Amino acid sequence: MAFTAFAGGASAPAVEPAARRRSPIALFLLLPGIFYLVLFFVTPLISLVITSLQEPDPLIFGQYVNAFNWQNYVSVMEQYWSHALRSAGYAALATLFALLIGFPLAYFIGITLRPFPLIQSLALVLVIAPFFISFLLRTLAWKQIFSVEGPVAGILSSLGALPPGVSITGTTFSVIFGLTYNFIPFMVLPIYATLVSLDLRLLEASNDLYGSPATTFRTVTLPLSAAGVMSGTLLTFIPAAGDYINASREFLGATDTAMIGNVIEANFLVLQNFPAAAALSLILMAFILVLVAAYVKRSGTEDLL
Amino acid sequence: MKGFGKYAIWVYSIMAFVFLLIPIAYTVAFSFNDSRRTNIIWNGFTLDNWFTVCEAQGVCEAFGNSLLIGLAATVLATTLGTMIAIALVRYRFKFRNATTLLIFLPMATPEVVLGAGLAAQFLQAGVPKGIGTVILAHTLFCLSFVVVTVRSRVVSLNPALEEAGRDLYASPVQVFWRITFPMLLPGIVAAALLSFALSFDDFIITNFNRGADVTFPSYIYTAAARGIPAEANVIASAVFFLAIALVLIAQISAGIRRRRLASV
Repeated sequence: MAFTAFAGGASAPAVEPAARRRSPIALFLLLPGIFYLVLFFVTPLISLVITSLQEPDPLIFGQYVNAFNWQNYVSVMEQYWSHALRSAGYAALATLFALLIGFPLAYFIGITLRPFPLIQSLALVLVIAPFFISFLLRTLAWKQIFSVEGPVAGILSSLGALPPGVSITGTTFSVIFGLTYNFIPFMVLPIYATLVSLDLRLLEASNDLYGSPATTFRTVTLPLSAAGVMSGTLLTFIPAAGDYINASREFLGATDTAMIGNVIEANFLVLQNFPAAAALSLILMAFILVLVAAYVKRSGTEDLL
Repeated sequence: MKGFGKYAIWVYSIMAFVFLLIPIAYTVAFSFNDSRRTNIIWNGFTLDNWFTVCEAQGVCEAFGNSLLIGLAATVLATTLGTMIAIALVRYRFKFRNATTLLIFLPMATPEVVLGAGLAAQFLQAGVPKGIGTVILAHTLFCLSFVVVTVRSRVVSLNPALEEAGRDLYASPVQVFWRITFPMLLPGIVAAALLSFALSFDDFIITNFNRGADVTFPSYIYTAAARGIPAEANVIASAVFFLAIALVLIAQISAGIRRRRLASV
């Protein structure tokens, strides 16, 4: 269910055609794509493993030679454990806020607006509208809104809540704010997909049995939308944990808000310390895979796609 | 829910919609800003930016590169992904679970890891980075989304229609092009649009694999330090209105079709 809900909407019935055949056509259909994935997904991961174990070339400065230098992992963790921790914390908070904002919104579109199909589809367009403006421009817009010259700092400082000339950007608050904002649609869409097909008679039944709105929500609505909440949580947390736009200095962050993505980018593209960047990437990947595996264990492999 | 609760969700949701739309309104508004030097403070309304879009250094070239990459990656990913989606639903084969996992994993991998992995591989293989490597990288991450999107369409397809075609002596090729493909088309179009949107807006994977070539997002990233030129706002706004128009047309025509089918 995870990513189907996101991409496919509510229209994916669970029934598969019974006539599953063995045929050479299957191989013809699969091979090119599988070959592509092996060449550009599996081998890059192997490249990362090889790179992460390299050590500096003793002869040429700035070059690396293949080795089995697993100390790279130890040294990046020693150096960057605070970034790793910060990434997990920021992403977790952003996911929580996205859920708090996104769930009622998904409920509103999927259930409250159900009697008005036209308004419902327009509301859905409004949720995905941010995708049609560049991610970077959206984030920069918030940066300018939060900047010293911007309206928010002006209002806050005239209220005395913020010293004049102090900007809100470059703080933990603004980074988590940006992450939350940018990933809300990823939270809303899968939850909407489960709520839009929820049988309203179940809510009526709960009501008829004298369940209060809160009880109905807790015992009927929430369990029935759990799959969407799980998908949304993963879809928000994974990109948020690896993101380096929001936390970078040019956008909503500062040096002391750098996340693991910023460190990977700096090591790879600026410092050209490829082994460190590769080791950090694999640590991030392993962390995400543990989360995904826990998710799969809860919901079953059949629902992966 | 009664009384207050009923209105609370309306108020809350409308506030959430406003929140989601604020940066869009801001971006569109600043495409009309009379920005002589920087585009940070509002200096008054002008249409000039819209008429002189390509005068800012490199912005239109970056936009062209993004279009080219988006189109190429979309064609590649949609073709490969549609083939996999059909095979997954219609055929039994060995390693089915392994294949599913292989398609799922790229979606669960953070972009920064995909980007760094590909860059490490291109480095080891000695492939020079540029538009070509960006197309290869974008095809990879669009592929999984295509499979997921088209797959849900294949699942909902009625095999009896294809059987009817075979009963009427249509060849397998005729069955595919005259029955299967037209029925899959909405799913394929949706997948292609999603691929293009993902590719066009991608920054992280692109940044690791672009070499010296500039895409629209990487242009914005470089310009960010000294304030976005209004021309970038113009292009982003134009793309936004075009995309919204396309989506609305699709929604409305689907609505009309549904109503017509319901009245038959």
